Amino acid sequence: MPDVIMPRLSDTMEEGELSRWMKQVGDEIHKGDVLAEIETDKATMDLEAFDNGILEQHLVAAGALVPIGEPVARIGDGSNIVTGDAAPAAPAVAAPAVVVAPPADAPAPVVAAAAAAAAPATPTPTGELRTSPAPTGELRTSPAPTGELRTSPAPTGELRTSPLARKIGREHGIDLHTLTGTGPQGRITRTDVDSAIAKQQTAPAKAAAPAPVVATSAAASGANESVDVPVSRIRAVTARRLTESQAVPHFFLTSVVNVERLVAFRADVNESLAALGTKVSLNDLFVRASAVALRAHPEVNASWGDGVIRRHQHVNVGVAVATDDGLLVPVVADADQKPLGAIAVETRALAGLARSGGLSLGQMTGGTFTISNLGMFGIDSFTAVLNPPEAGILAIGAATDVPAVRDGILVTVPTVKITLTVDHRVLDGAVAAAFLRDLVALLEEPLRIVL
Amino acid sequence: MTDKVAPATRTITYRQALNETLRAELEHDDKVFLIGEEIGVFEGSYKITAGLLEDFGPERVLDAPIAEEGFVGAALGAAMLGMRPVVEIMTINFSLIAIDQIVNHAAKMRSMFAGQVSIPLVIRMPGGGGQQLAATHSQNLEVWYAHIPGLKVVAPSTPADAKALLTAAIRDDDPVIFLENLSLYSTKGEVPDGEQVAEIGKAAVVKTGTDLTIVSYSRGTTTALEVAHQLEAEGLSIEVVDLRSLRPLDRDTICGSVRKTGHAVVFEDDWLSYGIGAEISATIGEGVFDFLDAPVRRVAAAEVPLPYAKSLERTALPSAADLARVVRDVLNISSTPNDK
Amino acid sequence: MAAKARTRSTAEVKTAGGEPADSLRGFYEQMSLVRAFELRSSEMYARAKIGGYCHLNLGEEATVVGLMAAIEARDYLFTGYRDHGYALLRGLSPERVMAELFGKVTGVSGGRGGSMHLFDQETRLFGGYGIVGGQIPPATGAALALKYQESAGPDAAAVMCLLGDGTTNIGAFHESLNLAGLWKLPIVYVIVNNGLGMGTTVEKASAEPELYKRAASYRMPGVRVDGDDVLAVRDAARDALKQARETRQPVLLEVMCYRLRGHSVVDPARYRSSEDTTIAQQSDPVPSFRTELITAGVLSEADAAAIDEAADARVTEAVTFAEESPEPDPKDLFAYVYATAVANAPSALPGEPVMDAL
Repeated sequence: MPDVIMPRLSDTMEEGELSRWMKQVGDEIHKGDVLAEIETDKATMDLEAFDNGILEQHLVAAGALVPIGEPVARIGDGSNIVTGDAAPAAPAVAAPAVVVAPPADAPAPVVAAAAAAAAPATPTPTGELRTSPAPTGELRTSPAPTGELRTSPAPTGELRTSPLARKIGREHGIDLHTLTGTGPQGRITRTDVDSAIAKQQTAPAKAAAPAPVVATSAAASGANESVDVPVSRIRAVTARRLTESQAVPHFFLTSVVNVERLVAFRADVNESLAALGTKVSLNDLFVRASAVALRAHPEVNASWGDGVIRRHQHVNVGVAVATDDGLLVPVVADADQKPLGAIAVETRALAGLARSGGLSLGQMTGGTFTISNLGMFGIDSFTAVLNPPEAGILAIGAATDVPAVRDGILVTVPTVKITLTVDHRVLDGAVAAAFLRDLVALLEEPLRIVL
Repeated sequence: MTDKVAPATRTITYRQALNETLRAELEHDDKVFLIGEEIGVFEGSYKITAGLLEDFGPERVLDAPIAEEGFVGAALGAAMLGMRPVVEIMTINFSLIAIDQIVNHAAKMRSMFAGQVSIPLVIRMPGGGGQQLAATHSQNLEVWYAHIPGLKVVAPSTPADAKALLTAAIRDDDPVIFLENLSLYSTKGEVPDGEQVAEIGKAAVVKTGTDLTIVSYSRGTTTALEVAHQLEAEGLSIEVVDLRSLRPLDRDTICGSVRKTGHAVVFEDDWLSYGIGAEISATIGEGVFDFLDAPVRRVAAAEVPLPYAKSLERTALPSAADLARVVRDVLNISSTPNDK
Repeated sequence: MAAKARTRSTAEVKTAGGEPADSLRGFYEQMSLVRAFELRSSEMYARAKIGGYCHLNLGEEATVVGLMAAIEARDYLFTGYRDHGYALLRGLSPERVMAELFGKVTGVSGGRGGSMHLFDQETRLFGGYGIVGGQIPPATGAALALKYQESAGPDAAAVMCLLGDGTTNIGAFHESLNLAGLWKLPIVYVIVNNGLGMGTTVEKASAEPELYKRAASYRMPGVRVDGDDVLAVRDAARDALKQARETRQPVLLEVMCYRLRGHSVVDPARYRSSEDTTIAQQSDPVPSFRTELITAGVLSEADAAAIDEAADARVTEAVTFAEESPEPDPKDLFAYVYATAVANAPSALPGEPVMDAL
């Protein structure tokens, strides 16, 4: 039977991290079983078996980075079970496999006996198993419940949840790992998920995350106190892409938006949506407003590619989300076509999936414009780094009260500073400025956002 | 809009509902006759056939010798020729003597003979323990029959259902096992006047609720309702599904309810392993897995031949307190001090 | 041994003389057809065209023909599982019977019953029954229904219930005879006593091996007749049926015959002594009736040969028909489970979900 290889799981993937083995050596494998989780540059994906048989050997250990096409495991009839530590990383773990596989023309028991005789002094786990091919049944561990793993794509630990809690969690983008179960034996039940949803709705802004803030901890402490933290695939990719993006000639435009009416509008909308249980955040309004402005300015909804400027039919707005492993940008497709409520629900679900590692590839590709919001951290204004190949990214700061005179009286007006980063190869200053002006106008007359 | 006046109702016992229905069907169709042990002169071991011999004579109310295989099979043969016999077996325990005729023959004939013959046969029999009748006379064997394709098995829990389901069973062209229960005979309920024909194969939501579904049948439904109302007072909203028909099983109604509540407990008088509740639980797992907020639990009889002594009998049979406790367990609510 | 012990009792009915030649010729044609059909069934079983169990009437042809000559079209017939010959002589075509054995949709039971479960509403063949004794209570109930439905008299219908010698030991036999005797039902129970219940002799199975005497317990006439004598069988059965239909007096009739081969086609019957086998072969009613008719001048050798050939050809047609008939359509699997449509009737095939997940 062919070896199990590192599959190609995304269009940009070159190698994958085998983050966790879901099947152990000796387990009976059926086609479609999830053998392992693979962290690609974009998402955590399942490695599914294409063959039936017994998992005979892990060729790489969990945590290893393996290029596409390299073997990671071996499925056979159970006659060549090899346990013990697989080589820690590198795909070039051919050695144990070669040692183990009996020569095709020699009866296995002879090989086994010879091996035992040859290496009695150092009975490595491998040798031991070769010499005494224990009944496979004994070696089998109870197979992981794959159904559960599929539905709760959490990377670590066992989670005790009710099916209903999982379903509601999926629908609302709640990572059940972040919850504490109050049911019997700590089971996460509907009550727990419902209260998490309620919390999420009262603090929706938590979702978005900073791009540049990534550059934090390279900092301060003395060299001998430094600790090297291995980076996740996501962080590695983020680093590479952002570095690439610095080669793009770009400029910044900043405007101050009076959000007095926007805040009031949001309150009105939420009141009318209350019956549906949906809540709209300011960020959702920015997504929708940007999408409407992009539809009116197709030259901005574009990207630079191979000597042409590619204008996109669809307006797909990415929303930067900070996760423990790094920055992810799930995409709200056709944001100009979707009602505000739908954008709110979808954004929340996508953010939840991003944090639980459950985003699919499709949910992260195809963006034509990105929004990054650090307002909830009290950042007044900042500049965001372009998300290639998109031509623009909008950085949104915190709402700040500024003094203004109205009818001769000094009043405070809430404002937000927004900064557009522009790919100069695609757009010139005047074109970008016209877009930003219209966007500001939309935000200041919010009814137009939904018209 | 049609003017539909709800029929007048009377409050009568389950026993009386059965008696009146048998009388009505004997009058309605002269192919109907009753056959069983002690149903005529003795008026039935549980007096279900009281007065019928006097009014319909010994041919329509036929006392049979103690020969269950013989008279159940004879009823089956009469049904093959177009009669509509209604058999009374004194208790479900004695049906085992006739099981070859019921399972190997009545259930098979129509299918095995490619639809050339149908078997309009009703077999009435009470099940249930709790009367200190000891192990051989206290069984709930309905699942034996509910397992068999070709049979229909109904288990009414109220006088009104007893009437409507018995009428439906007698008018049905297939063999119908009509499950009664010793402890239901004297229970009372409102029964609509006039002809009432239930639809076999349909369950009923007999109480609506939002927190948990209790699925039960026959005597169990009365206990389920009692517990549901008791818990209502504590702020729990319990839905009760009365199966009414054990074969065919109305899986849609069961799953529709659990989909809403996310929690299910089956309350059944039969033994736990391989019982009615096992089928219900599997149905719920298959139909509404994603809506389950807790494992489905079954409250069934202890798996022991039922002892005679009251203390042991009471311990072995599923009670309202057992059901209430399990409902609270499933909802993860600690028992209140005023329970029990 | 067993056979030797089975001497004819004084209760035997003697053949009445003066039977018309046409009638005798007809009986031989019927015996020849049953013989040809059963031999071919055996062959088709060996060729794996027929599945399951398959029990033959070989050696019992005179009994089959005699009983079927006595029963009227309006009467109801219940049999055990050794039922092919009875179905043929009840008037079902060899085609439909063979097609049933082949499991074809054109079979008498639509291919759903097989050899043991031949049923035909039209000719009132109310079933072959595969469970020993299973037919006796329903047959008794059919007689009960007749009592509800019509008055006694020469034109009334009756029930004939066939059973084997081994069946007289089962509870259902005694319960049913008790009910019939008690309620005065128009039914004739016929014990086809071929001496062996599978491999067990009557003497080893029944405390009263003179089985017709068991009728005494139910105040019912018990009669024994030579099953190799077609006319004696017919006359005895006719008389019993007359009592049943005219006076509602149930009767127990015991017909003594031999089983020529094993219990079923797969039984080599090694348990039989060579002496017993020899007696069975010597008593084989088909060649002896043939010889009898030739001797009596009813048939010429050529006539008899022609009859045998015609029977064989008839069976060949039946095999061809069965062979060419379609199998039942799997989509009709659930077609006959219930007569009255019912809500939520199961229809899931193996591995299919019991319902769509909500």
